Amino acid sequence: MTTSRPTTSFKFRGGSFHALVVKPEAPIDAWLADVDGLLLRSPRFFAGKSVVVDVSELSLTKETFLGLLDELSKREIRILGVEGADRSCFDGRVPSLTRGQTRKSKKAAAPAIQLAAPVPISSLLIDAPVRSGQQIVHPHGDVTVVGSVGSGAEIVAAGSIHVYGTLRGRVMAGAYGNERARIFCRRLEAELMAIDGHYIVADDIESHLRKAPIQAWLEKDSLEITTID
Amino acid sequence: MAHVLVVTSGKGGVGKTTSTAALGAALARGGERVVVIDFDVGLRNLDLLMGAERRVVYDLIHVVQGTAKVSQALIRDKRIDTLFLLAASQTRDKDALTEDGVERVIRELRPFFDWIICDSPAGIERGASLAMRYADSAIVVANAEVSSVRDSDRIIGLLDSTTAKAKHGQQMEKYLLLTRYDAIRAGRGEMLGVEDVLDILCIPLLGIIPESKEVLNASNMGTPVTLSNPASAPARAYSDVARRLKGEEVPLVVPSDKSGLLNKLFGRRAA
Repeated sequence: MTTSRPTTSFKFRGGSFHALVVKPEAPIDAWLADVDGLLLRSPRFFAGKSVVVDVSELSLTKETFLGLLDELSKREIRILGVEGADRSCFDGRVPSLTRGQTRKSKKAAAPAIQLAAPVPISSLLIDAPVRSGQQIVHPHGDVTVVGSVGSGAEIVAAGSIHVYGTLRGRVMAGAYGNERARIFCRRLEAELMAIDGHYIVADDIESHLRKAPIQAWLEKDSLEITTID
Repeated sequence: MAHVLVVTSGKGGVGKTTSTAALGAALARGGERVVVIDFDVGLRNLDLLMGAERRVVYDLIHVVQGTAKVSQALIRDKRIDTLFLLAASQTRDKDALTEDGVERVIRELRPFFDWIICDSPAGIERGASLAMRYADSAIVVANAEVSSVRDSDRIIGLLDSTTAKAKHGQQMEKYLLLTRYDAIRAGRGEMLGVEDVLDILCIPLLGIIPESKEVLNASNMGTPVTLSNPASAPARAYSDVARRLKGEEVPLVVPSDKSGLLNKLFGRRAA
């Protein structure tokens, strides 16, 4: 079974990645000679690596700064970004980077721009019986079934599972790690119920709960079931 | 243009072939032009139940693979001249069926018939899958016992997801035909009740065929039960189903159990 999104959403997210940070020292020519020496000993030192150039402790003119970038690219050092370059030097050839800490200190002065709300937790509504052999997997939230879940059918949800009908199949709520997920059904005849990996099979379900409307939740790593009327 | 009906169940031995033969004959006797197709390649039975086993020259596989024309493979019934059989091959297996071939056979038959009834093999593999693929509606045959009902539930799921109709976003009409129903045993709680089965499968009930030795007699004679003994209980039930298929309103009576009250007093219920 597939679900369709009404509109295509553009996703943003923050991420931290490892990059090699090089810190040129004045005088630049001498430092470049050291780099050449390094490349002579290990020619593939920078190969395939993303490099960030930290010039925060140098005072460079625009010409020397661009000259440095040229020298580095001659040596086939791939520059991902530059840190600490003066705004006047920056011609947009490479992105200017800011460290997390720097941004944190500036937070009070300039509040962070909210790029996008986090991807909303979606719930899946199934308006038909879930038949034997069908498997519904929903890694983003709750699953609601308006109808019964047949013997041999299976529902796996990141959140809670609600069945407005008879639950005869297997259901796994909180399957991606959520101990607060619950299972609700109008009539319990399940083969198996699990929350966050803690499961109970039909044989373990007390007889007074069978065929009753119930909810199930997790308490101290044990699956608890109670009737709801 | 013909209406394409698949008779399916998942489980074997529940009465698909018997029902195909009985319904095909009942519809044809009412003047409809009917062809019944056996999709059980390798284990064909419909020819026996129709009493045509000694007249099979070409079969479905020949037509699917293009070695014979549909008109050459159709076997006209000796009793009703609007009833035809397209037999399965006994020497081949289901892998000989191709999707394109089946689609072409059904397309070629459509203009000449009112009903094309596809008798599905048991299981959910190629034969069963291709029997239901191009159907307009489905008769799901089930017995009132848990394994048959669960297999039928599985088949309904496949009818809703793998058929050509489902792939075009349309809803396939599905009807339940409860066969070999024994009211006495159901009353004793040895079988599921009609309500229990309907509660699990959630599809409309097309008819209930009572368990009867007439069905076995008819099979042995090679005559559909609706022709061998039209007055018998299963024949009347099948005839009612055929009329419902044509859109007539025919009241459906659940076969009752005369000793049911006694059993209820003992509090025994269907599981």
